[in-house]
Amino acid sequence: MTFLKINNLSVNYEMRRETVYAAKKVNINVEKGEILGLVGESGSGKSTVGNAIINLIDEPGKVSGGSIILDGTDIYENPENILKLRGKKIGLIFQDPQTSLNPILTIGEQLIETIQTHLKLSTEEAKNKAINLLKEVGIKDAETRFDNYPHQFSGGMRQRVVISLALCCEPELLIADEPTTALDVSIQSQILDLIKRLTKERNLAVILITHDMGVISETTDRVAVMKNGDLVEIGPTKEILTKPKEIYTKALVSSVPPTNKKINRFKIIVKENNTQGETNIKILNRWTKKEIIDQDLVKVKNLSKTFDDSFFIESTKNSVMAVDNVSFNIKEGESFGLVGESGSGKSTIAKMIVNLYSPSAGDIDFDNVCITKIKSNKEMMKFRKQIQMIFQDPYSSLNGRLKVKDIVAEPIKLHNPSINSKDLDSYIHDLLESVELTQQSAERYPHEFSGGQRQRISIARALATQPRLLVCDEPTSALDVSIQAQILNLLKDLQEQLNLTILFISHDLPVVRQMCDRIAVLKNGKLCEISKTEELFKNPSHEYTKELLTLMPKIESIYN
Amino acid sequence: MVGEETSDEERAELRETLGLTDPIHIQFSRFVVNASKGEFGISYQLRRPVSELISERLPATIELVLVSALIALVSGTLLGVYTGINRKGFLSDAILAISLLGVSLPTFVIGILFIYLFAVILGVLPSFGRGEVVSLGYWSTGFLTLSGLKAIILPSVTLSLFQMTYIIRLVRAEMMEILQTDYIKFARARGISEKSIHYKHALKNGLIPVITIAGINIGTLIAFSIITETVFQWPGMGFLFIQAVQFVDIPIMSAYLVFIAFVFVMINFIVDILYYFIDPRIRVKAEAVSG
Repeated sequence: MTFLKINNLSVNYEMRRETVYAAKKVNINVEKGEILGLVGESGSGKSTVGNAIINLIDEPGKVSGGSIILDGTDIYENPENILKLRGKKIGLIFQDPQTSLNPILTIGEQLIETIQTHLKLSTEEAKNKAINLLKEVGIKDAETRFDNYPHQFSGGMRQRVVISLALCCEPELLIADEPTTALDVSIQSQILDLIKRLTKERNLAVILITHDMGVISETTDRVAVMKNGDLVEIGPTKEILTKPKEIYTKALVSSVPPTNKKINRFKIIVKENNTQGETNIKILNRWTKKEIIDQDLVKVKNLSKTFDDSFFIESTKNSVMAVDNVSFNIKEGESFGLVGESGSGKSTIAKMIVNLYSPSAGDIDFDNVCITKIKSNKEMMKFRKQIQMIFQDPYSSLNGRLKVKDIVAEPIKLHNPSINSKDLDSYIHDLLESVELTQQSAERYPHEFSGGQRQRISIARALATQPRLLVCDEPTSALDVSIQAQILNLLKDLQEQLNLTILFISHDLPVVRQMCDRIAVLKNGKLCEISKTEELFKNPSHEYTKELLTLMPKIESIYN
Repeated sequence: MVGEETSDEERAELRETLGLTDPIHIQFSRFVVNASKGEFGISYQLRRPVSELISERLPATIELVLVSALIALVSGTLLGVYTGINRKGFLSDAILAISLLGVSLPTFVIGILFIYLFAVILGVLPSFGRGEVVSLGYWSTGFLTLSGLKAIILPSVTLSLFQMTYIIRLVRAEMMEILQTDYIKFARARGISEKSIHYKHALKNGLIPVITIAGINIGTLIAFSIITETVFQWPGMGFLFIQAVQFVDIPIMSAYLVFIAFVFVMINFIVDILYYFIDPRIRVKAEAVSG
């Protein structure tokens, strides 16, 4: 008998205007001892299926058809059933360990409460069990950590606590909804190893929901691919990834940046909007194109930045050394990658280059002028015009109250106040077309666009001042893999046509490999190494780089 | 302070002794120096030291404010939790509609309506005064006699209605927001009972902002008590203040205002300290810094 049987499951969200079918007649079986991957892009319904199993679909969604049978019990036959199963037989892990623990209860209180809800144990016995569990998931000093509050743990440690909470009453089914998306690559591999180990030791059935094909190929036994609520394909992971039958699966697999080689362009699944295949960079006509001179456009010399915790007294005790004596040069016309885990100081460096932070020590030269020493605002404006930034989150980096045309017009008018409105309009249209948006987009507001389109608007805004250096701070980490491929292709095209210099910041090694000519690796604010991209991936010289490269989930591992 | 038949010389002499002939800045600096010692001069109307008058009336106001703050907090939190959990029920809608009435009707109208209903028609509760009081040294309390307890019901309920509405709405909004968070969903997924989710997990988090508002509101209650005390002839500081306004009794007014300001500052200070005990994120950080 199958352990978990999902039979023709349909989930609808009835909105005021329309009904959204988040899952359409999905059939999935899961056996004990196996890890099933559930993969798809955002909006594919993969989380909906996970939530349906534990009957925690967000309002106004509800199960409109089909059944879920866990070990012989039909979950939707009787609403009482699930209450006995939650925590006891099914454990759930969420994406973000920062928000899944109650901030004002100690982890011990949360563990004991959960244990005592399901098992008849005294507080003392529950505490012993909880401490053993914390040890099992790899938390050191479990006895003392037991009385700590969630905010005293790091992200990876919190996810371990979350796993111990999900497993504390020995469930037989574990649903992990993007369990490592919010974590650094080194922590990610630890958490995935932990899940794999526990699956074997406890003979769990695991459903791993993720968008990351690398994670899927390294962790799962079987994989189910979802798209717009439909189950596209299901089968053994190796078979699906190497010989996909469906077109969508093929496209999805091919749009993942390969980790083992450099390619020219990313493969595209479906265009977001139906523009012509060739990118038409209209902006070229008005671009005062600078010839690439063989020089270092940016010189970063012994750069340091300390953040003080206290406002009033300068104390060295609480200060954090975010960037510690970093030096590198960026050649004009090249793509320079800055790689590191969270807290490595990569975004701080970017903010110092665009002069949002001022460095505690060291200098930054741009075009042979030291920009960190400029005091007058007027002088600085000349450089601000030449350095533009693209931010990570396309939702918060655009002002929702302005029309797209006003968003793009703002930097133009700032640097060229005398421009007449006719010129301005045609300039904006050219910019929008260069980033493959229609002219009609100008009259609309940001919320009418998808994440990928918003990031295009950000790029148009950055190009408006005709910069020489484009600083991209994780420009695609909030986007789906197919959209990511489009945006990265666009950036490559723009760079080629407009002779841009790009500083590309990312934690995603495969992406950096495709985008950059040279790469600098950062750890805890210190520079580990700088080398040419292929050199770095083939012969890393620093220990930390080697470690990062081995830990990076590789979709290609499936071929071995 | 003087009668109709006082001669001009006597009036001038009195002005001189009260220091009213000095220039304003001297009068003011004298006031500040004396106020810092707790001396606010002598009431023009009652011819007694102001500090004595205030300390006489203080217990009545404090008792009234405490009782109504308690009513507002307890019932406001309970009703807020109820309406936050049962968002679409008929009872929730009714509570919210009635609570809206509590804000939109002025306090004196509610007070008069209560007097009409409970004192005139039903005749169960006294319409004015504090009832019998028992003197405990410096403090006179109405809590120890039946008539005192009966007398405090109407004014305290009247005074609490306005604040209660705020707290209901605040708690409701907090509960609704917190029940959507990941950690509540995760608690549900672990099979924690709904009762524990509502009261242990959600309410405890929701109370953090409520304490801020409630702290500020206790100050407001003291200020609002002027109207309530007037309507119910409650022998507290607010009543004293209104009488002082009518007589332009400046020493009493200034002493009252300084006292209210002091209470506001103290309450906010206490609230900040309470945070330390309630929110572990503040507490643990402070320990880490000191350690």
